[in-house]
Amino acid sequence: MLPAAVLLLVFLTYPLGLGVWLGFTDAKIGRTGEWVGLENFAFLFGDSVARLSVFNTFFYTVVASVLKFVLGLWLALLLNRNLPFKAILRAVVLLPFIVPTTLSAIAFWWMYDSQFSVISWALVRMGLIDRYIDFLGEPWLARFSTIAANIWRGMPFVAICLLSGLQTISPSLYEAAALDGATPWQRFRHVTLPLLTPIIAVVMTFSVLFTFADFQLIYVLTRGGPLNSTHLMATLSFQRAIPGGALGEGAALATSMIPFLLAAILFSYFGLQRRQWQQGGRD
Amino acid sequence: MAKEAVDTQGMNYLESLPRRVVTLYAPLGTFLFVLLFPFYWMLMTSFKANEELLSQAHNPFWLVHPTLDHFKQLLFHTPYPEWMWNTVIVSLVSTFGSLAASVFAAYAIERLRFRGSKQLGLGIFLAYLVPPSILFIPLSAIVFKLGIYDTRWALILTYPTFLIPFSTWLLMGYFRTIPFELEECAIIDGATRWQILVKIILPLAVPGLISAGIFAFTLSWNEFIYALTFVSSSEVKTVSVGLVTELTEGDVYHWGALMAGALLGSLPVAVMYSFFVQYYVSGMTGAVKE
Repeated sequence: MLPAAVLLLVFLTYPLGLGVWLGFTDAKIGRTGEWVGLENFAFLFGDSVARLSVFNTFFYTVVASVLKFVLGLWLALLLNRNLPFKAILRAVVLLPFIVPTTLSAIAFWWMYDSQFSVISWALVRMGLIDRYIDFLGEPWLARFSTIAANIWRGMPFVAICLLSGLQTISPSLYEAAALDGATPWQRFRHVTLPLLTPIIAVVMTFSVLFTFADFQLIYVLTRGGPLNSTHLMATLSFQRAIPGGALGEGAALATSMIPFLLAAILFSYFGLQRRQWQQGGRD
Repeated sequence: MAKEAVDTQGMNYLESLPRRVVTLYAPLGTFLFVLLFPFYWMLMTSFKANEELLSQAHNPFWLVHPTLDHFKQLLFHTPYPEWMWNTVIVSLVSTFGSLAASVFAAYAIERLRFRGSKQLGLGIFLAYLVPPSILFIPLSAIVFKLGIYDTRWALILTYPTFLIPFSTWLLMGYFRTIPFELEECAIIDGATRWQILVKIILPLAVPGLISAGIFAFTLSWNEFIYALTFVSSSEVKTVSVGLVTELTEGDVYHWGALMAGALLGSLPVAVMYSFFVQYYVSGMTGAVKE
């Protein structure tokens, strides 16, 4: 049984190591590369498209994660209330997360269509706008449209995980706080949030990691366009490496994602530790 | 989940009905509307005739003349059934393969005491956090070297790279809840490690296995970037890749057929999910809580 575990580790770390190594070579598809040192990284650093993709990735991750957290927490709080059809509601809420992202992204693509968008149709009929919106046609609009689709998909995950955390909080704490005269906001701020922090840290790490490395949604919706304004590091590295054939360059771009991902993991890990220590210290 | 039984409605009587409507039902309704609308839209589009789809005059929210044309076109005039079949095979084989490997790995890490098992457990967790969008380039180099590019094997062999860490991690958590004493009893009765695993641990871990299996199946069904990279001919494509790359070529998008394809492609996971919601949710939240 030990070999299984060892095999597993080798099977996983080898591609990762190979990926990093490829980043330092000028490999092309079907040809192993020569060691070129930091050339790829230097080239990417001077490449305005690559720099733009880094900016886009950060913008996308930060905006989407913050909104996913706020909306997800809100939804979790709503679902935690006394509701009819609780179980069904929860099951339904998670649907966007279950369905293949590519396939729901196709639905979004159709909803964002410049001529037949149902969103535009409704807004026009309500008299809010007079021209159809070209959701994916303009840089900033496209950024926000893709972010909206990402939030749609990721929020249920955040909500359901936070909900499971909320359910572990004993209602007697709220009763005690209410008897002491705490307002609903104070109960949320001083009872719910501190008790929920550990699970928030884990859920948000997951969410940040997967948003940061997102590929499917952008690929289906915009393929990085218009004018590269929605290219994330993942989509750009795909484009450079597979259709473009420059494996080394793509690998270098993918490798440069690793430090950021590590930072996100460490951040949440230590955030978590600190909380536990604080809670222990308070008792 | 026993925790759900805890009474969380203690202070509800303090709220009046109008207040409840504003603070609870209205926002909840909006959430549900937004979350479900794309599905409704998929459904509407896939049954709508082309003239109706491409006119701005009709009310797009309702169907006037439902038609099955898009499904017919999809099933008989595109390689869609083939893609579906590929997706099923690839998902099933990689799920079962990964599950088998994960059982051994998880059991070894949890119960065989060896130096570094803790670190190995952590390593598995970190491996799960490595996103496929970092691994696809080196893996494509490996796939080329192995000569399995553009075959189903390329997918079957690469999917475990994200399936195994995840299911191992899930199963580790599950094995931990099985009391040690049971195994000690078995050892006293002269059982071998293999017998313990097969006759004691696995039967007890069935719910955990189901969770892991469903998760793995959904993950591989939803996989996109590997399938996009490692496969290029139409006969071996999976549903999501086939739809995105083959039905959208050119200037004319067959929206009806696309939506029908998206709908059919989502159905298997959605159906499976609806049967095993409890397992799915407990697996997901359990994995996060670890």
